[in-house]
Amino acid sequence: MSDHELRVSKIKSGTVIDHIPGGQALNVLAILGIDGSTGEAVSVGMNVPSDRLGRKDIVKVESRELSQDEVDVISLIAPMASINIIRDYEVQRKHRVERPDSVEGVLECPNPSCITNEREPVNTRFTVLDDAVRCDYCETIVRDNIAAHISDD
Amino acid sequence: MWTDQLVSAKQLSRADIDAVLDHAAEIDENPAAFADRHTDKLLALLFYEPSTRTRLSFETAMKRLGGDVIDMGSIEASSVKKGETLADTVRVIEGYADGIVLRHPSQGSATMAAEYVDVPLVNAGDGAGQHPTQTLLDLYTIRKNVGFDDLTVGIMGDLKYGRTVHSLANALTQVDASQHFISPDSLKLPRRVRYDLHEAGANVKEHTELDKILPSLDVLYVTRIQRERFPDESEYRAVAGQYQIDAELLEAAKDDLIVMHPLPRVDEISADVDATDFANYFEQAHNGIPVRMALLDMMLDNE
Ligand SMILES: [Zn+2]
Repeated sequence: MSDHELRVSKIKSGTVIDHIPGGQALNVLAILGIDGSTGEAVSVGMNVPSDRLGRKDIVKVESRELSQDEVDVISLIAPMASINIIRDYEVQRKHRVERPDSVEGVLECPNPSCITNEREPVNTRFTVLDDAVRCDYCETIVRDNIAAHISDD
Repeated sequence: MWTDQLVSAKQLSRADIDAVLDHAAEIDENPAAFADRHTDKLLALLFYEPSTRTRLSFETAMKRLGGDVIDMGSIEASSVKKGETLADTVRVIEGYADGIVLRHPSQGSATMAAEYVDVPLVNAGDGAGQHPTQTLLDLYTIRKNVGFDDLTVGIMGDLKYGRTVHSLANALTQVDASQHFISPDSLKLPRRVRYDLHEAGANVKEHTELDKILPSLDVLYVTRIQRERFPDESEYRAVAGQYQIDAELLEAAKDDLIVMHPLPRVDEISADVDATDFANYFEQAHNGIPVRMALLDMMLDNE
């Protein structure tokens, strides 16, 4: 573990999400639905110097492993992120996020005229492009600030 | 497969386009031969926004094939007002009719409806999204008058909100047309349409003025610049004048240029163009019948 990573305390078990682009840590917390109210111990390092990214954020969540859906959405705002599963202070498994082909039910479409924003029994579905996501229904392309479109529920 | 459900012009390959247009030409030649094709079939017209023109065009096409239509009457009087979802409505109607034609103000509505039903379904316009049957009749008109070979098309007006433009642009990439888009900066093509054109490797240029490009065009496709799109009237007046064509302006065009318009027009094509050989918009509207007959015939047959 490098010098830089020590700025954020070690955790006993849980998940370390590393190589998040600088400034995106709070959006990662939002994706995980963590606002501090549910009691889990969370450490956040922001704008830590990084060889690979220049500066990066790190999020460490105690006693929690992530679902594939959560990892998929994190990959949209942090395509270089690595996920480290920690058990008894040891890294059990470490893997890079992979961008999925599509994400369902996790983003809201910003187009107010989109059918997914009507009272219809339909989940949102976005196709993941190289540098954006695209609504499968109205075809709107979202390139900037994808995290702002994450559903509240 | 598009013969089940035609939601977007993007579904149509060059071969699909040729197949529909060939069949439309066959029907055009001898409509009477198709008068008993679908005497036992019912088509449901679900129009969630008023469009007399498109609705009558589908109704005429179905009746010319010997079939019949049902519709839900005015939106005000229907269960839509009582809060029934589109998803429920199409599932109910699927049990009544052999096919559904859907016009709805929300983008993506036809895509969603297609996920709920198995009967043939045609998107007759979903908000600012797609209008594939308009595209097919546009293509039919172009093929009939100037052909697809070495084709240069200018598309002018409201390119941002015009669904007929979006569908047509997608389809023109299939026939390798050179496409010139002419509009005020504020009404340029939306990002999603540029993305598709780019992905398809389309030959596309954008302009704010018509005059330089006009002499090279085989087709000038004009759409209405909608006053209500502009935050204030003076901004509208500043651009609207630049996008009006008249007979004098067309003197600079090729002799065999055709001027098209999905109609209704307001003042973007002056009445003195009507008397010229350039005017093609009424023929274009009439072409909606054989093209929609061809489409319905193929879709209902496939069932
Ligand atoms: Zn959408």
